[in-house]
Amino acid sequence: MATTTTPSAAAAEFARRQQSPLQRVQHQLHGRPWLSPLFLLLVAFVAFFIATPTFLTANSMGILLQQTAVVAALAVGQTLVILTAGIDLSVGAIMVLSMMVMASLSRDGGMPGILALVIGVVLATAAGALNGFLVTRINLPPFIVTLGTLSIFTAIALLYSGGESIQADHLPGLLNFLGDGFKIFGISLTWGIVAVILIYIAVGFALAQTAWGRYVYAVGDDPESARLSGVASKRVLLTVYTLAGLIYGLAAWVLIGRAGAATPNAVPDANLQSITAVVIGGTSLFGGRGRLIGTAIGALIVQTLQFGLSQMGVDQQWRVLATGILVIVAVAVDQWIRKVKA
Amino acid sequence: MSAPTMEVAHGGVPADKQHIYSQEPVLSARKLVITFGRVIGLDGVDLDLYPGEVLAVIGDNGAGKSTLIKCLTGAYTPDSGEITLSGERVHFARPQDARAAGIETVYQQLAVIPALDIASNLYLAREERRKGILGSVFRMLDKKGMEKRAGQSVQDLGIQTIQNMGQAVETLSGGQRQAVAVARAAAFGSKVVILDEPTAALGVKESGMVLDMIKQLRDRGLSVILISHNMPQVWEVADRIHIQRLGGRAGVITPQSHDMGEGVAIMTGAKRLDGPS
Repeated sequence: MATTTTPSAAAAEFARRQQSPLQRVQHQLHGRPWLSPLFLLLVAFVAFFIATPTFLTANSMGILLQQTAVVAALAVGQTLVILTAGIDLSVGAIMVLSMMVMASLSRDGGMPGILALVIGVVLATAAGALNGFLVTRINLPPFIVTLGTLSIFTAIALLYSGGESIQADHLPGLLNFLGDGFKIFGISLTWGIVAVILIYIAVGFALAQTAWGRYVYAVGDDPESARLSGVASKRVLLTVYTLAGLIYGLAAWVLIGRAGAATPNAVPDANLQSITAVVIGGTSLFGGRGRLIGTAIGALIVQTLQFGLSQMGVDQQWRVLATGILVIVAVAVDQWIRKVKA
Repeated sequence: MSAPTMEVAHGGVPADKQHIYSQEPVLSARKLVITFGRVIGLDGVDLDLYPGEVLAVIGDNGAGKSTLIKCLTGAYTPDSGEITLSGERVHFARPQDARAAGIETVYQQLAVIPALDIASNLYLAREERRKGILGSVFRMLDKKGMEKRAGQSVQDLGIQTIQNMGQAVETLSGGQRQAVAVARAAAFGSKVVILDEPTAALGVKESGMVLDMIKQLRDRGLSVILISHNMPQVWEVADRIHIQRLGGRAGVITPQSHDMGEGVAIMTGAKRLDGPS
């Protein structure tokens, strides 16, 4: 291929060109979109460490992790949906419905805890599958589908529970189990935190190491090309929404342990918090781009802001304001990263 | 029925290629008809593709080029007519059926996933798993193996500008993306590779690279159908040229039997291609 030597030498020279520091940052972020949230998390930690003496203590860290667990779990399902260029507004509603069903079925020993738990998780999975069915078979946009099911599942949960909370002492030990814990280096952790970490490992493995994971990215990035390449796009989407439902069911179990009760209006801003965690974590709302590790960091950032500012005695509205700014900055950074040049 | 045009085709083929046409066609279509409501897409088209040849399909817009190709790749199912692959009658209900039978298509819109790396794209929907329980129970992908074999496939096509198979496709140039798509089409034991306007979006140099790849495929014994508007490229690379006109086959010529002007004249109907009679 004698004719190509000159141009490819020129191309090689172009590849070796000096990049500006900003271009290098952009390049790194393109390959590792979770780098910027990680940096942000470190900055937040350092800032709160300087600002308040009680922040970086074993006690505080335990509380921070426990507070993060539920939103972090929901954000796993949300990440899957957003990777396919969708959005799930029904995360909180499915979790609450599942939780109220688990608690009601088993109240005061009415049903064995294991059975109530399984029914609750299966119900959440079915709710996710319904979202998936409406998106793939009726061809409705995910925003509209989950906006509708948000109302439907919330209403069912309220009607079913009569709007009443069920306290932990009326529930079997298994449902409360994830609230129990142990101490490592003085940090009190719960089994709920362990469960959430296991969810991250399992789903992270599926996304990074299996064919299904590739399909999730492919369908989110370019559904038509994925279909032409032989990916069963609709089946992949259906599994994504169904698996997300399953995860919301597990989050319901974590929430009972965390809250010490099943309350219909627990975590009222679960939807926005889960979306915020995903977006701050570097996953693109346009689909096909993002890592689960970023979502974990994103969830930690959201909770760190909330926890740190409340430790400083700052009005909660500042936390809301800061979160809002973060979301906008995160999406702006994502837009910038996507324009990377080779 | 189709005998006169066939003779014209073979008559124009150089002596050293004549042996190709004594074989059975690898892919042939007979009297394909497809209608869309009142619109007639194909009006009884015949097509023959022989082993190891590049058959170009040219025709004006609306002549039925794309429709014909979509029937061969399973994207459309013809209303009547038959398609045979290696002598056996086939029915393709979906593109996957055609692919399973060994017909690979490189679409005009490329069908590569920008965010995935080259190896992932080459193996998309055909992933290979690790050996042992890692693969069977945990369904873990054999990333290293796929990357290695992807590198081999790309090298086999004589593409030297792509080195790193872990590179995201969105960082590649148009020609390199086309190379990835062609490598994918050729990598999986296919018999027939169909390229739909592969150079339409490319510059001169990159087009040259794609034409080289097409010749490589032919030299490996694959049969190639090339749909193109670019007459100089068709005349450079094709062994025979199928001219599509008004939903039918106006004739088959070769770059040796007719020049570009005559080809275009037949394509537009300014000139009729009569048999040897």
